[in-house]
Amino acid sequence: MAVVLDVAVRLAVIVAAFLVLPLIAGQAEHKVMAHMQARLGPMRAGGFHGWAQLIADGVKFAQKEEVVPAAADRRVFALAPAVALIPYLVVLVVVPVGPGLVGVDLDAGLFFVLAVMGIGVLGSIMAGWASGNKYSVLGGIRSAAQLVSYELPLVLAASSVAMAAGTLSLPGIVEAWRWWWLPWQAIGAVVFFTAGLAELRRPPFDMPIAESEIIMGPMTEYTGMRFALFMLAEYAGIIVLSALTTVLFLGGWHGPLLPGPVWTLLKVAALVFVVIWVRVSYPRLREDQLQRLAWVGLVPLALVQLALTGIVRVLAG
Amino acid sequence: MSERHAEGTSRELHVGIGAGAEAVRPAPGDGPAAPGAQGKELATEDMVLNIGPQHPSTHGVLRLRLTLDGELISSAEPIVGYMHRGAEKLFEVRDYRQIIVLANRHDWLSAFANELGVVLAVERMLGMETPPRAVWTRTLLAELNRVLNHLMFLGSYPLELGAITPVFYAFRERETLQAVMEEVSGGRMHYMFNRVGGLKEELPEGWSDRAARAVADVRRRLPDIENLIVDNEIFLARTRGVGVLDRETIMQYGVSGPIARASGVDMDLRRDEPYLAYGELPVRVVTREAGDCHARFEVLLEQVKVSLDLADACLERLRELPPGPINQRLPKVLKVPEGHTYAWTENPLGLNGYYLVSRGEKTPWRLKLRSASYNNVQVLRETLPGHLVSDMVAILGSMFFVVGDIDK
Repeated sequence: MAVVLDVAVRLAVIVAAFLVLPLIAGQAEHKVMAHMQARLGPMRAGGFHGWAQLIADGVKFAQKEEVVPAAADRRVFALAPAVALIPYLVVLVVVPVGPGLVGVDLDAGLFFVLAVMGIGVLGSIMAGWASGNKYSVLGGIRSAAQLVSYELPLVLAASSVAMAAGTLSLPGIVEAWRWWWLPWQAIGAVVFFTAGLAELRRPPFDMPIAESEIIMGPMTEYTGMRFALFMLAEYAGIIVLSALTTVLFLGGWHGPLLPGPVWTLLKVAALVFVVIWVRVSYPRLREDQLQRLAWVGLVPLALVQLALTGIVRVLAG
Repeated sequence: MSERHAEGTSRELHVGIGAGAEAVRPAPGDGPAAPGAQGKELATEDMVLNIGPQHPSTHGVLRLRLTLDGELISSAEPIVGYMHRGAEKLFEVRDYRQIIVLANRHDWLSAFANELGVVLAVERMLGMETPPRAVWTRTLLAELNRVLNHLMFLGSYPLELGAITPVFYAFRERETLQAVMEEVSGGRMHYMFNRVGGLKEELPEGWSDRAARAVADVRRRLPDIENLIVDNEIFLARTRGVGVLDRETIMQYGVSGPIARASGVDMDLRRDEPYLAYGELPVRVVTREAGDCHARFEVLLEQVKVSLDLADACLERLRELPPGPINQRLPKVLKVPEGHTYAWTENPLGLNGYYLVSRGEKTPWRLKLRSASYNNVQVLRETLPGHLVSDMVAILGSMFFVVGDIDK
């Protein structure tokens, strides 16, 4: 009984975090972006500095009509937002927040995370194909092309950490982490984070969405709650990417004075800030330029990191 | 998805279909169009994509009919006319005061400059001298208007390339200048401040100091935009060598303004055929040789600085001018003597000309409008093929057009 209760509580907390953290990230994006652009952002909803803006948005989305284009493949069209969103929820289950504070401690946690995160992209491709819209198809195809370019550096950079820690378990990696891993794994961290941004289709890698080119890419035909789910998936993705970077490269709950989970959340928040900052500062790359960046820049860098990790591991015994 | 078009009726296909359609050809490289299933070899089908008339990066209702092989544009055709308002025909049934209202609307970002051409043409036909204060104030406002226009594109162009911040900085500067323009004319876009023979009203008390401060503020904050975007690696990668226009094409299509100057066509009416007070001002003509999107953006940015300097020079001159009228008394019914004239001005987006034919009545017999954007977008047909859809946006944005100015 106690075991069942324990699992239930853990899952409830994860679902709650899954629903709340993306909203906070979204609100943070509104405000941080606004202040970087010499404006205020939402100020009305909820009274204090527009804190309830995203809740108001959610209410609005819920009231909108769910339009399905006549040319759409209805079943795939309806399924796509779920396929985009759920992988991120599943990933959160294995991400540790503090010592022992993890949904499930999987032995192959890292492997699981990378495998599941890849599924999220399918949602975008499905949506692109099923919408019966040329812009959506272009967006879906761009998503697929993007998948090819970032997945390899992402996996290579992550495997470097696994090599360093000698385990695939995420809590195990954090436990093995020492401060000098920061310089040691720095290249890997940058590669992982950059490739992760590409996976999330966040600027400067948002060509699958590119509203000035292909309207909204795969999301062009989506309205109401289905569209809201795509947006939620984007912000959940930011949380997941930041959390994974924290766990793999920034030492998770390690840190002086403050309790472990606070450190984890602080690091995640800092990375979310970086994600927003990048969006404010950079134009969008072209699809072929991303491929180039991935194959000429990220993959070699990740391999260098892998070699470096191996050498240090062997020398340090 | 299934085939929805009757076979052979149209080359436009629903996406995702490519099997066995009429115009199959061997694939040089596989595009997103699905390979022909029944064919002996892999074949791809071109996709016709209509960009617009409602599309976020066409600034209105320009339509581009693209034929795509994957994301590669194999042909492009700008289709204009969705915003045709019959301005030229309306000119013929409005008197010369009313025409100014119509004329300032075709390019809604350069309203003052548009008005200017009409009054210059009418004044020339009447043989009317405008008072020096009016001439200098017109020059000043025309330059401020140019800055306003360019700032718009300095903001919107990065936005189209995915950089969302410069547009806010650009609009902050626009607000600063618009406050000044609004104070003097009452309008924020359609100033309606020109009159035949001068300007509508005297400048408000203390206005020139406020204008000088606004100009100084904009000059001081302009580097915010410049530092954020001009040398950004991604911006360079997206714009360098993209959409190169050569001199020859520019000449053939009658492209003018900043776009032509970015390709090394050293022509600027303010210097080459001075009107207003430009003859007495040191007009520095900004040119670049590269002719690509980045050069066009640079020209725009540099022209803002030049215009701010010119505005300062005008303000200085206005302070020294002796007091005097700012307009002429006009007769109750303004009739222009029989004849014809062509008045062209260097508008922010290029050459803007009015060919005025009068039969001595109170309305023109014909007033032909040569607008800059109309010629400038025609060249898209030449530049777009061979580029990707992403580059299409980069090129389209760098043509700095206003749809009203195309369709008139």
